[in-house]
Amino acid sequence: MSLLEIRDVTRRFGAFEAVKEVSFGVEGGEFFTLLGPSGCGKTTLLRMIAGFDLPNAGRILLDGRDLADTPAELRPIHTVFQSFALFPHLTVAENVAFPLRMARVPDDELKRRLGEALDMVHLADLADHYPHELSGGQKQRVALARGLINRPRLLLLDEPLGALDLKLREEMQLELIKLQREVGITFIFVTHSQPEALALSHRIAVMRDGRVEQLDEPSRIYGFPVNRFVADFIGNCNLLEAEVRAADEGGLRLAVAGLGEVRAPPDGVSKQGDKGLLALRPEQVGVAGEADPAWGNRFPGTVEDFLYIGDVTTYQVRLDNGFRLQALLPNAAAGRARFFDPGDRVTVGWSGAAGHYVRET
Amino acid sequence: MRRLPWWLILAAAGTYAFLYVPLIVVVAYSFNNSRLNAEWVGFTLDWYRLLFQDEEMLRAARNSLFIALVSSGVATVLGTMAGLAMHRWRFRWLPLLVVTPVAMPEILLGVSLLVFFIQVLHLTLGMLSVVLAHITFSIGFVAIVVRARLAGMDESVFEAARDLGASPWQTFRLVTLPLILPAVVAGFLMAFTLSIDDFVITFFTAGVGVSTLPLQIYSMIKIAVTPEVNAVSTLLMLLTLVLVLAASRLDKGLMRAGR
Ligand SMILES: Nc1ncnc2c1ncn2[C@@H]1O[C@H](COP(=O)(O)OP(=O)(O)OP(=O)(O)O)[C@@H](O)[C@H]1O
Ligand SMILES: [Mg+2]
Repeated sequence: MSLLEIRDVTRRFGAFEAVKEVSFGVEGGEFFTLLGPSGCGKTTLLRMIAGFDLPNAGRILLDGRDLADTPAELRPIHTVFQSFALFPHLTVAENVAFPLRMARVPDDELKRRLGEALDMVHLADLADHYPHELSGGQKQRVALARGLINRPRLLLLDEPLGALDLKLREEMQLELIKLQREVGITFIFVTHSQPEALALSHRIAVMRDGRVEQLDEPSRIYGFPVNRFVADFIGNCNLLEAEVRAADEGGLRLAVAGLGEVRAPPDGVSKQGDKGLLALRPEQVGVAGEADPAWGNRFPGTVEDFLYIGDVTTYQVRLDNGFRLQALLPNAAAGRARFFDPGDRVTVGWSGAAGHYVRET
Repeated sequence: MRRLPWWLILAAAGTYAFLYVPLIVVVAYSFNNSRLNAEWVGFTLDWYRLLFQDEEMLRAARNSLFIALVSSGVATVLGTMAGLAMHRWRFRWLPLLVVTPVAMPEILLGVSLLVFFIQVLHLTLGMLSVVLAHITFSIGFVAIVVRARLAGMDESVFEAARDLGASPWQTFRLVTLPLILPAVVAGFLMAFTLSIDDFVITFFTAGVGVSTLPLQIYSMIKIAVTPEVNAVSTLLMLLTLVLVLAASRLDKGLMRAGR
């Protein structure tokens, strides 16, 4: 049995459906992420799990028990808000101890657990400070400690890193992973940043317009997107319209208009005549002066542009038949910014085992 | 800094003079060693001494303080509740309902309360009717101040309290009330000031038995503006000033704390 189960949950605001018949389960100890563009219903879903809002239809179960009649304060589910929502009139220690006070934890135990919680997030020195005296990262830690101290079954985090600058964000990502592993509490994390979701999560639910489009492990979401939206939303992707010409255990033979035949790995479901997309990640696409014999698919083209990012450089290559492909090559040698210049004639290619066929029905 | 044009300075000075010279005159005459409000004779505290021996005046002062304390206390509780309600439920008619008595002409409120007490409640006019009347016009003021405070606050703080295990009542006691307390106290001070100073509504609802400071002053000047009147007016002014200053202090403090 899943720790948390969302069953056909729908939430309407007037005629508008913010969440549409969403179903999924979250397992104990999992770092589960809701990922999707702004307005797709992530916060709405989270608020129903926390108990601030109720579904119009469907059920939410915790340990198999329906939560419909359990008010927010009685749900063993805590939330870390994007705005942190620290109590401005209470000190750091009082903020963190708040859930224990509400649970009437005896004083000596409270003191011990408060000490542990403050140590866990490195805030012991700031125990007597007020929220307005803290930096963004420190507030973030207080909110985390406060959410975790009473060991909820589930911690909900609504874009908790959204208010932090990039450097701090990356630091906090690492801390979040470490923290979650240490305390073993199940996290449901909301973000609209796909690198963050890929880096942190055990599983990701990609949402769009109130629906879950795909639910899977990060590497599968990235490697095997189920539709154009997911392929496009998660990372960069070359998408080529393709029709299946033949399918067998050896792989798919696709007809790509203008390119001719392209080979793709087997997916076990596609059959002759299916229409869809070939999704090719830039790092799967090679660029070379002359064709590499290991490439099952290769096409001549001209380098149009490149973008030097530091560790890698991405090249825009226009194939002779007009297609534009993005390729990404690592810059392993220090000081090297690029292998090719705009205007260079090159061969672009990828192995027959690369890429992923996305059926569109 | 740019120099202001002379006519603007003059206009400002004239306005302030118009506002404050009458008050200063009253204060000055309250220390004047003469029965007549005419020329300055010399400094004296005699009028204040006289004031504190005037039984009627003392009774009126006691009444005023009692009425102000009770009515502003009750109005603060009810007004805070109204402010919270206006904030939480955004029915359009609710603010109108709460705030209308504030905008109503006092004379109208006085007359209608008088009719209501006598014709509908069959109440003998006295302390109780005055207190009820003062509560009526104070609630709106408290509600406005409290709502303004709530409007500037991060809503998620209240949700966070519930989320972390606080019941609705605990959330109110441990989070909401401490956060709106400056506004509640400011509202109380405002209600107190309004009550202490009120004449029109008190006049209609006091009946014959009860007198308050404003009523007492009025009945005295019907005969003559004595230095005693100046003295009691000065004291009343001082009290009002202190209350208003305290309230505005809190009000500014609450702006800062809300950030
Ligand atoms: N109380 C409400 N009344 C009306 N519409 C609402 C309400 N709450 C949310 N919505 C609508 O529901 C949709 C989903 O909102 P939600 O806040 O869940 O999005 P989100 O995925 O969290 O987006 P973001 O990443 O911007 O936070 C939005 O279109 C929003 O306008
Ligand atoms: Mg949101």
